[in-house]
Amino acid sequence: MMDSSALLDFIGLYLIPGLITGCIYALGAIGVSLLFGILRFAHFAHGDVMTLGGYLALTFVWWLGWPVLAAIPLAMIGTALVAVGLDRAFYRPFRRRPTIISVIASFGVMLMIRSAIQLIWGVEPMQYKAGIERPIILFGQLRLQERHIWMIAITALLVLALHLMLSRSRIGRAMRAVSDEPDLARVTGISTERVILVTWLVGGALAAVAGVFLGMDSKIDSYMGWDMLLPIFAAAILGGIGSPMGAAAGGLVLGLIEELSTYNWIGENPLVPPDYKLGLAFAIMVILLIWRPTGLLRGRQF
Amino acid sequence: MDTGTLLYLISLATMICLYAILTLGLNLQWGFAGLFNAGIAGFFAVGAYTTSILTTPESPDHLGGFSLPIPLGILAGVLLSAVLGYAVARICLRLKSDYLAIATIGIAEILRLVLKNESWMTNGSRGIAEIPRPFEGMAQPWGELCFLLVTAAVVVLLYATIERAWHSPWGRTLRAIRENDEAAEAAGKDVIAYRAQVFTLGSAVMGLAGGLMAHYLKFIGPDATEPILTTFLAWVMLIAGGSGNNRGAVLGAALIWLIWSGTELLTQRLPPDWQTRSSYIRVFLIGLLLQIVLQRFSQGLLPERPPQPKRSESPSKPV
Repeated sequence: MMDSSALLDFIGLYLIPGLITGCIYALGAIGVSLLFGILRFAHFAHGDVMTLGGYLALTFVWWLGWPVLAAIPLAMIGTALVAVGLDRAFYRPFRRRPTIISVIASFGVMLMIRSAIQLIWGVEPMQYKAGIERPIILFGQLRLQERHIWMIAITALLVLALHLMLSRSRIGRAMRAVSDEPDLARVTGISTERVILVTWLVGGALAAVAGVFLGMDSKIDSYMGWDMLLPIFAAAILGGIGSPMGAAAGGLVLGLIEELSTYNWIGENPLVPPDYKLGLAFAIMVILLIWRPTGLLRGRQF
Repeated sequence: MDTGTLLYLISLATMICLYAILTLGLNLQWGFAGLFNAGIAGFFAVGAYTTSILTTPESPDHLGGFSLPIPLGILAGVLLSAVLGYAVARICLRLKSDYLAIATIGIAEILRLVLKNESWMTNGSRGIAEIPRPFEGMAQPWGELCFLLVTAAVVVLLYATIERAWHSPWGRTLRAIRENDEAAEAAGKDVIAYRAQVFTLGSAVMGLAGGLMAHYLKFIGPDATEPILTTFLAWVMLIAGGSGNNRGAVLGAALIWLIWSGTELLTQRLPPDWQTRSSYIRVFLIGLLLQIVLQRFSQGLLPERPPQPKRSESPSKPV
């Protein structure tokens, strides 16, 4: 058994970072899962949409001099609009074509977003705020970063809001209908294009928050979203692709697994070397694909 | 023509041949069978690193010292790529095509992680240098020319083989599966087995391209698994040239590589401050080119032409 100081260390150094990573994965995976459910294609540019959100927030921080948390809503709006624009320009022409064409298009969009970011903002990693934040210390030695508390709270709020939207609002229910039975939904008079519009708005806005969190957690970097692509897809598959709440849970679980796996559970050394955390997400994904492609929560198989 | 220009033209032609091999490999997977491989870089890297480790002399920086003959090294890389391709195929082919795309991206990314971190084997991010190039001992430009001839011969040989496969019953079955897998299954075809075969073959060809590229560049680093230069360019080449058409694959490789390296020549004339930025503009424009081709010329320059049965001749004759 751990003594209390080791337990507090464990919470501060492994559990909290795991939750933070999980929040970022969850916000990204919800978008991927929603888009997959409604448009039936894997949106490979989603990681780079996250990156874009992070950079937009940075720009608002520069322009307005606001703290980064206040810039989040603006970044959400901006990224959501860009996501809709991307859909209009690059995905809508392929609605009636095999979905794999959209996947190829998203592959190109991914590189276009990234190179545009590198062109506009450069490739030097940047920060929202210079200097070191003073941690809040609880119980004598549990160090908590204020931003981490905000990140967890904002994610919880957004996931709750999304849940209410999907279960209560008219458009939310229409989204679920299109995801479950597209033909039936069209027959009952649901406007598919409107549902798709809202899906991109929601997916883009949540991706923006994930991108800002990524930047807050370490640095803003043009490759940060691309590096998230594999984990967010793994999270979406874990939660049963097409199910947004499952994706949120999958993201949280995956983030926790990744961080906790670097703890020295057996012997002195980390169970998984930190350099290979990303490999773990992939391993989980492969096991799922073999064993239960519908996800842990028994989603549907597409 | 001075030697510099000649060497430049030879290097241009060699790169086109190497990319043509890569694109032909992708055409096997995508053009023949409609299998989406988003991790070309991974298979390419397996081919490149295997032969690099096997053929280099002893070095304190990385695993090696086998000094095997180059063809043997390349062959080993091809086999290893094929094994990797087969494993991916077995896991993912039962599922919707998007899963294959995700899994192949995953393979490529994990390989990049391994190549970067396992320094004892790969010298980490510094990469493997001093990879032998065939015909190195010959005077310029004859050595380069011989290498070009060998790669060109590989392209011709591959083209002929794949073209033959395209017209064979095997190729026809694959196209049937691509167009309607349920119907093909109902006709008694083992859909998964066919897909696994063609995916494995395509992966092997990508490994071949990687192996040849490593010996041509004489250096390989984890940047080789960077998707922009392999996965992405190969896709643009195939889509622009015409997927499902082997001639289109080769033409696309030539055209896109000329555009890609032509824009590099242009941007070299820019002031240094703009040079770094311009590389992003190049990537952006290639991305845009892919979108335009997909939307406006979805068939590519040379559209697919499935062999037509010759109806005018006697029906008993096999077509």
